[in-house]
Amino acid sequence: MPMNMTFLRITLLSLAASLSLQAVAGEITVKGSDTMVILGQKWAEAYMQKTPTTKVQVTGGGSGTGFAALQNKQTDIANASRKIRAKEIEQCIKAFSKRPREYAVAMDGLSVYVNEKNPVAALSLEEIRDIYTGKVTNWKDVGGPDAPIILYSRENSSGTYEFFKEKVLQGKDFASKAQTLAGTAQVLQAVASDANAIGYGGAAYGAGAKHIKVSETKGGDAIDPTEETVLAQKYPIWRYLFVYLNPELEKGEIKEDLDWIRSDDGQKVVKDVGYFPLPPHLRKK
Amino acid sequence: MGIRRGHQARLGEVIAEKLILAISLSTIAMVFLIFLFVGREAFPVLLGRVSSAAAQEKPLPVEAMNTLTPAQLRAYLGLSAQEFSSMDRDTIQSLMEVRIEASAEEKPSRDAELNTVAWRYLLFPFQWSDYDKPVYVWQPVSGIHKYNIMPLVVGSLKTTIVALLFAVPLSLAAAIYVSQLANPRWKEWIKPAIEMLSAVPSVVLGAFALLVLATALQSLFGYQYRLNAFLAGIALGLTCVPVIFSIAEDALTSVPRSYTQAALALGASKWAAAWQIVVPAAIPGLFAAVVLGFGRCIGETMVVLIASGNAAILSPSLIEPVRTITATIAAELGETVVGGHHYRMLFVLGTLLFIVTFLTNLAGDVVIHRLKGRLEGKK
Repeated sequence: MPMNMTFLRITLLSLAASLSLQAVAGEITVKGSDTMVILGQKWAEAYMQKTPTTKVQVTGGGSGTGFAALQNKQTDIANASRKIRAKEIEQCIKAFSKRPREYAVAMDGLSVYVNEKNPVAALSLEEIRDIYTGKVTNWKDVGGPDAPIILYSRENSSGTYEFFKEKVLQGKDFASKAQTLAGTAQVLQAVASDANAIGYGGAAYGAGAKHIKVSETKGGDAIDPTEETVLAQKYPIWRYLFVYLNPELEKGEIKEDLDWIRSDDGQKVVKDVGYFPLPPHLRKK
Repeated sequence: MGIRRGHQARLGEVIAEKLILAISLSTIAMVFLIFLFVGREAFPVLLGRVSSAAAQEKPLPVEAMNTLTPAQLRAYLGLSAQEFSSMDRDTIQSLMEVRIEASAEEKPSRDAELNTVAWRYLLFPFQWSDYDKPVYVWQPVSGIHKYNIMPLVVGSLKTTIVALLFAVPLSLAAAIYVSQLANPRWKEWIKPAIEMLSAVPSVVLGAFALLVLATALQSLFGYQYRLNAFLAGIALGLTCVPVIFSIAEDALTSVPRSYTQAALALGASKWAAAWQIVVPAAIPGLFAAVVLGFGRCIGETMVVLIASGNAAILSPSLIEPVRTITATIAAELGETVVGGHHYRMLFVLGTLLFIVTFLTNLAGDVVIHRLKGRLEGKK
């Protein structure tokens, strides 16, 4: 019996010790944009390897979900693939009486894909808008062959959908005929196997389909979506990826983590995941 | 031990019986609770208590915070008394600024004052400001939220009808063959093979349809859209073949052997006995199989989410993409604001689905009872 008691005591003691250790080690929660989940997780992995005392937990759910969690103080950092809306800022002010602080952490360009066999090589923003709102339905109207245009889009829960709608369609509705797919990979696969298709998605993706050159206006300079043109903000369809946080929380481990994300080491990860690292002059803000 | 008739049940048996009763009651309670939950989320829309009108009153300038009375200011900012008293001037000021930013974000549209979740916008076509004719549109994420459910309802019906047209003849024929005509050795192989189909996860079936079936059918029929109602229907049919088959097969097998034997003794061929004696006797069961197949098809989500093309078009064409009710709920629920109008509209769709399956099951039950009564010579 005494043997057993000692054993029990040791287990209990070590359990308590490990628990208190865990309480000492910091834990940072990150929630938000699905576009940024993989990026966030890669950041977390690399950061935890560097600083084993800090635990970073990343979950998705969408940019809106991230903002909601920020208001409810259920997350330390909110990832977002779009800018915060005034309504969401209002909620944040009500919750912690300050505007949330915003940091751009990466850049992303959206490409418009067509099938490799399609002779169309460049489109203006207006032409893309007309195609996606259903005004133009045949390739011959934009300099292609006489064939109907098959539209591929993303689910309306995706940040990419919202960004494309805002930036390219200027808030107009997608044509009802646009087929919605669940991810960029699916869009690419669909465009690759359909000669008359058009789709959109991350610029860094895209084996199997042709990335179209895009010009701001009709007859303007058509620009290839590459790292240089996106970073120089020459290519018209680009966006920042953001993180938001409660300014009061920006200290200690959270601040260190954020600083690291915006450092050269952190920005190296961005490229591995398929987005573009922020050029150094944009990192300070 | 055996069964002890007339004896008092033993304690263990009593407990076991009560336990089973409790489990079955809790299942019923579960169904009831789910219905209650779905209904609760959908009811505000059905009763017209939700408004999606986007128009806001004009925002006041920031300086107004000095001229308004505290009560007016509190009402304008929509704060509770407790929130208001805990805020300092800076906070109030930034709230005033945000209000102005919010109204700058609004895109002016003559539709902004419409409550788009009212019944007439849900069911009938309407000419929105950007459109040149009245249309049925489902565009929930938009400056003006457009929630016309007709494209989704028609989409669900289209895929389900194709699925049933494909699956019912196939599975009934297979059931008749397996239960009546096949020799026992064949039967031992065919029956589990077909039932294995129900072990294929629907997501795998969907991926198969997307990657293999889509290309095959397109090159066979040469239609324009790779993913369409026809393809989704065929894939959906595959998911309900095992359901219809096993119930139909059970129904046919449970027809008393003496019927067949009597027919054979009178000189009927095996085929004639099956077709003219057994099948008519099993009609109620076969009908039940089809009704359950319908329920499975209209409620199936994964296959249609992957293989239907997901475009909410209202058209009679089977070779155009469709968006079904189930796929819409699955794809959109994750990003909606809990309690918002988009969220509630998705629950309205869920309720609709619930009612449709409930009514078909009910109608199926009634018909089965009638048929059974007629077959057995009762009233």
